[in-house]
Amino acid sequence: MVTSDDSIDQAASQGERFTWFLRGMRGLVSAPALILMSAFLGFAGLCREAGITWIEASFLTLTVWALPAQIIILGAVVAGASLPAAAFAVTLSSVRLMPMVVALMPELRGAQSRKGTLLFLSHFVAVTSWVFAMERLRSVPRNCRTSYYAGFAVPLTLINTVIVAIVFNLMDELPAMATGALAFLTPVYFLCSLYGSARETSGRMALGSGMLALPIGHWLAPGFELLVAGLLGGVVAYLLGRAIDGRRVA
Amino acid sequence: MISDLSFHGIAASWWPFAFILLAGWLPTDIWRYLGVLTSGQLDEHSPLAAISRTVATALVSAVIGQLVFYPTGAMADFSLPVRLGALGLGFVAYLTCGRRVLVGILTAEAILFAGTFFS
Repeated sequence: MVTSDDSIDQAASQGERFTWFLRGMRGLVSAPALILMSAFLGFAGLCREAGITWIEASFLTLTVWALPAQIIILGAVVAGASLPAAAFAVTLSSVRLMPMVVALMPELRGAQSRKGTLLFLSHFVAVTSWVFAMERLRSVPRNCRTSYYAGFAVPLTLINTVIVAIVFNLMDELPAMATGALAFLTPVYFLCSLYGSARETSGRMALGSGMLALPIGHWLAPGFELLVAGLLGGVVAYLLGRAIDGRRVA
Repeated sequence: MISDLSFHGIAASWWPFAFILLAGWLPTDIWRYLGVLTSGQLDEHSPLAAISRTVATALVSAVIGQLVFYPTGAMADFSLPVRLGALGLGFVAYLTCGRRVLVGILTAEAILFAGTFFS
C-alpha cells in the first residue's frame, strides 16, 4: 500500500491523510525545529529592542514567516524607513523563496493536489520546512505528501508565533549579549542545514560563492547587495558545479 | 496629509499592521505564489531549474554573510574576529562531527562566549 511511485497516485482516504499529517507533526520534535524555536527566542528579543508591541511582533511572524525578511522589517522600523523602501528591501530578500518553492513543488505535488492547497501551503515555505521537505518527502506516498508537509510546516509557524508572543512578554529586557547570542543561532543554523540539504556539488558551491560575493555586492550596488550576491554567486556556483561534475563523469 | 509612511509615521492603531502586510507579507508571499504558479512549466533537470536552485542557496548564504559580517543590533556587540571564528569553527564542528546541526550551533555559541570573555 505504501509506495511513493508516481504511477499509483489515487486519492488517499481521510484516515491515511490524517496518519501522514500526524507523522509530519512528529518532525516538530527534531533538532532543526527546536533550533528554529530558539532562533525565534532571539527574534522576540530583537522585537523588544526595536520597540514594537508583542501583537505586532507575532503578526509579523505569522504573516511574513521568513526570518531574514522579518529582520529587515525590524531594521526599517528602527531606521524610520518609509513603506516603499522597506517593501523594496523585503522584495529583494524574499526573491530566494521563489526558486525554493519551484524546487519543492515537484516533490510536494500529487496528481490530485489542488492549486489552492499548494498556494496555501507555499506560505509556510522557509528554510527549515524546505530542508525538512526536501529530505523526507521522497519516502512519503505521493498522494499524502501535502498532508505530511502541512502536519510539519503549519504547526511550526503557529508554534513560533506563540513563542514570540510569550517570550516577548515573559522576558524583561535581556542583556544585549544574550540577545546577540540567541540571534547568532540563525546564521549558523542556516549554514549547516543548507549544507546538509544540498544534493548537488553546485548547491554546496553556492553556499561559499554567495557569501564571498556579498562584499562585491556591497561595493557594486549598496542597498541591492543581497540580490547581486545571490545572482552572481548562484551563476558562478552553477558553472563551477557543472565543470566539476563534468570532469568526474568524463 | 499623509507624508510620512514610516512604521511610526501614522498614528492609527491599524497602521502598523498595514505596514507589516504591505512591506512584509505582500513582497514575501508574492514570490512563494509565483513559485507555485510557474513550477509546472519548469523541468526539474533543466539548466534553468538548476540555476534557480543555486541562486536561492547563494541568496540565503548572502543573508548569512549579512548577519555575520554586517550585523546590526545586539549581534554587532561581538567583535568581527569572534563572529567569524564562531561561524567558521561551528561549521567545521558540524562537518567533522557527523553532520549534526546541534553540534555546529553549540560550538559556535561556545566560541562567542569564550571569545568575548577572554579578549
